[in-house]
Amino acid sequence: MSKSTGVASRPVSVSDVSTPRAELFARVLDPASRANPYPLYAALRSEPVSRQSDGTWVVSGFDEIAALLHDPRISSDMTNAGQSAGGQSLIMQDPPNHDRLRAAVMGRFTPEVVESLRQEVHNLIDGLLDAVGSGTSLDLVEEIAYPLPVSVICALLGIPPQDEARFHGWADTLARTLDLDPTMSREEQAAIDHAFTELHHYLENLVADRAEHRGDDLVSGLLTGGDRGEPLRGQELLITVRLLLIAGHETTVNLITNGMLTLLRHPDILERFRREPELVVPMVEELVRYEPSVQFRYRAALADIEIAGTTIPRGSVVVLLLAAGSRDPGHFTDPDSFVPDRIPNEHFGFGGGIHYCIGAPLARMEAQIVLPELVRRLINPRLTMDPPPYRPTAALRGPRHLWIEVDGIRP
Amino acid sequence: MRVMVDLARCQSYGQCVFAAPEIFEISGQEVLEYDSAPSDEWRLHALRARAACPVQAITIGPAAGPGQDLRQPPATRPAADSVGVLR
Amino acid sequence: MSGYPSSRSERVVIVGASLTGLHAADALRDGGFTGHITLVGAEPHPPYDRPPLSKRVLAGRMSADSTGLPQRQDLDAHWRLGNAAVALDRDARTVTLEDGTTLGFDKLLIATGTRARRWPDPDEAALTGVLSIRTREDAVELQARLAARPGRVLVIGAGFVGSEVASVCRELGLDVTVVERSAAPLAGALGAWAGTAAGRLQRRHGVDLRTDTSVVELEGDADGRLRRARLSDGAVLDVDVAVVALGAVRNVEWLAGSGLTVDSRGVRCDPYCRAVDADGRPCDDILAAGDVACWPHPLYEGLLAVEHWDNAVRQARVAATTILHGPVREHTALPTFWSNQFGLNIKVVGVPGRADQVAVLQGSVERAAFVAAYGRGGRVIGALAVNTPRALDAYAEMISRRMSFPPDLNAADAPDPVHVLDLAVPAAG
Ligand SMILES: Cc1cc2nc3c(=O)[nH]c(=O)nc-3n(C[C@H](O)[C@H](O)[C@H](O)COP(=O)(O)OP(=O)(O)OC[C@H]3O[C@@H](n4cnc5c(N)ncnc54)[C@H](O)[C@@H]3O)c2cc1C
Ligand code: HEM
Repeated sequence: MSKSTGVASRPVSVSDVSTPRAELFARVLDPASRANPYPLYAALRSEPVSRQSDGTWVVSGFDEIAALLHDPRISSDMTNAGQSAGGQSLIMQDPPNHDRLRAAVMGRFTPEVVESLRQEVHNLIDGLLDAVGSGTSLDLVEEIAYPLPVSVICALLGIPPQDEARFHGWADTLARTLDLDPTMSREEQAAIDHAFTELHHYLENLVADRAEHRGDDLVSGLLTGGDRGEPLRGQELLITVRLLLIAGHETTVNLITNGMLTLLRHPDILERFRREPELVVPMVEELVRYEPSVQFRYRAALADIEIAGTTIPRGSVVVLLLAAGSRDPGHFTDPDSFVPDRIPNEHFGFGGGIHYCIGAPLARMEAQIVLPELVRRLINPRLTMDPPPYRPTAALRGPRHLWIEVDGIRP
Repeated sequence: MRVMVDLARCQSYGQCVFAAPEIFEISGQEVLEYDSAPSDEWRLHALRARAACPVQAITIGPAAGPGQDLRQPPATRPAADSVGVLR
Repeated sequence: MSGYPSSRSERVVIVGASLTGLHAADALRDGGFTGHITLVGAEPHPPYDRPPLSKRVLAGRMSADSTGLPQRQDLDAHWRLGNAAVALDRDARTVTLEDGTTLGFDKLLIATGTRARRWPDPDEAALTGVLSIRTREDAVELQARLAARPGRVLVIGAGFVGSEVASVCRELGLDVTVVERSAAPLAGALGAWAGTAAGRLQRRHGVDLRTDTSVVELEGDADGRLRRARLSDGAVLDVDVAVVALGAVRNVEWLAGSGLTVDSRGVRCDPYCRAVDADGRPCDDILAAGDVACWPHPLYEGLLAVEHWDNAVRQARVAATTILHGPVREHTALPTFWSNQFGLNIKVVGVPGRADQVAVLQGSVERAAFVAAYGRGGRVIGALAVNTPRALDAYAEMISRRMSFPPDLNAADAPDPVHVLDLAVPAAG
């Protein structure tokens, strides 16, 4: 079977983590922890709601995260914790505005719309794998996982194929804005601003065009409205479309990449998956639990919140460490094991409560199509480097490259 | 195949509707309705829905009852010999 | 644990083969029980789900046959269906069935639930067209009558089941009159404030709702068919279908003389689901769960008797734990239930019916999407979420923590200002 060179000695045990508890989250943010943050999470979980030395409150227990995801004293609008107005999009807003915008999207992001992209996803993965050609090594991120989700979103939004290349560029740059990252450099910020402006102009023209010629794409749908949501217009429409692009991109890249990485680290499961392709249904869920693209989300406390024997004061920055909750031994048996058919599997990979991921059905469908295709077509895949290099961002975690050697690609 | 949703747990996330629109439906704004005895044709879709449910509220299985108890063919094993029937 | 062997020789008899019985059997097998399980049921059907009976089945969108519940595993159970238990002999540890069979047990789980309270006058209750809704057969008959498009349907009692029936009638375009003795529908469970809102909703949907009124007489014709109903205010309604929705009665008659503490609230249990004998001592070998049981809950005064789906499932699991391991896990789950009517998703947690105050803390009643919290003695004791099903967990947490009422949430979608309303203080119990 595939041999992966130098599999990281995982999991590191909690006792190896000697950092004071109030500094643990700083270590999570440190890019050096990216390959395996889970021992840090386990250490944090010994105090499921933990105040860090910088004043943020990190929540890492399953029950506590579940409670706060549903708590009306918790806000996604970080101005409530004294931060400058970040995004205006619905992911950073609270009810009632959040609910109104979300209803508008949900009204048009229907099962039929998602289903209509199924063939497109098949075509895309076929094309991307064909393009690898007769090579015996590939970077799964660059060649497969990265291009695919943007193309899917372009299809969803009805972006004409000739504009897709530009979209890929903007998406790359803007992916980082989902992370509230204090370490971002001035240049990065400038690049992001530039991409925002360009995307904005592009979308303005797109919307103007769709306003004239309605199609069956999502932008036209949002302009028209549906039975459950009012139509969106102007800035709100632009910002919402931009959110779909950002939220649906790198998250899905990481899901596909982490999926292949995890399978290559578990040759027995990979073998079983070859024999039982339907295993993909529970397995994708387990991937989102075990190696979640979104590791944590920021929130603000609107009132004092008594929880787990402590009180989070009003105005605090709260970190919901979703990935830690999804590995809480109080909720999952053997949480650090990858169990492809884990049932039940109630995880936080797509969040929970009113901000539960809108794109989850699309992400599931993409992964459920792409992973079996990769496993079917890549002949004897092997990891070239383990752990692979990671992107620096902590909240949105995933490999920057995943180099794989193969004996060939099946047609 | 029988489907049961624990509607006390259900929070109307609607993920099941995406996975198995033949079985699940959100009616009105937030009311989940479902066909509890769907055709076996939709088995894969039902399994997708069960996996996707954010609160894992979906149970799928054969209809409960004597017919399902493989080790108790009623004709061949009268209850009296093993269940402790005292006359 | 000594005294609680789960050996192959152990015999568990479960009386009542419905939601509670099925989940108890499932939990026993989950817990590794390898002994004999016998499920005794008065109804001829294997376990089925009742909530759809007053909703989809009644509306004709689902057949009653489809309500059969799934089973998650091979239960290896012995089923005695269509055969009611008629007596319990505690000393001999036997249950006698209708057909004369006697079943010996090492552990007995009483899960006989409730039945619909009948119209008090037996002759009037026997009129054709006077129905209630508890069983599959009830639902099939009522559905057929609604499908025949009667001129007007009378619903007697505006609790949850009555209100759901009224909702289905309106959905089918049928005229419906709901007669409720108290001041508002659902007031018993949700208090007068929410009841009044529910009343407005029903009227807006075209229900002829008559509160502070009762039905005093049902009149039939020579063929014994319902024709008219006389109301306490002197009004006379021409109706040929009347749905008696006056709540439920616990199926405990078969336990008469058993020496257990049993009354109209059901079988008295301790927090581990063990039935309590006449001296107040819990019996290790006799348990009760589901609609038929009542027990002391740490958060509420007196005894709690909960007639909801969720309680049946959870209490069944606690009972199974006690059967397998003895009194190690208390049944402390908060009561919670849902109802779907007039297009709304209604979810409730805690015991709002015992509250002395209520306040809407999120959303707006006018837009029919809100959460109201209920307080008693300055503590949060319940919550009602209408079309906001993702909000309720947080309130369950507040109830468990006995948070002071009204809680300071400062929610982004709170009404400004938050109004706290006083409710007439109901008696505990
Ligand atoms: C129309 C309707 C709608 C409902 N809607 C909702 C809802 O929306 N939400 C919610 O939370 N709950 C709802 N419920 C309540 C829920 O269905 C009950 O809480 C649940 O059925 C309780 O299960 P149980 O097994 O304890 O009792 P039951 O379901 O009452 O079952 C008891 C069983 O025991 C049998 N039995 C009785 N006596 C004997 C005997 N002597 N020997 C043998 N067997 C016997 C009975 O025939 C019955 O089959 C509804 C109930 C009804 C009737
Ligand atoms: C594997 C892929 C994905 C993962 C792991 C993921 C994860 C998440 C998570 C955890 C949240 C919750 C954020 C919070 O609570 O603050 C979220 C929200 C969101 N996601 Fe995803 N996502 C994925 C793919 C997608 C896709 C493909 C789309 C769009 C097409 C999308 C659109 C959104 C949107 C719009 C929100 C905001 C919802 C709201 O605030 O109400 N996501 N996602």
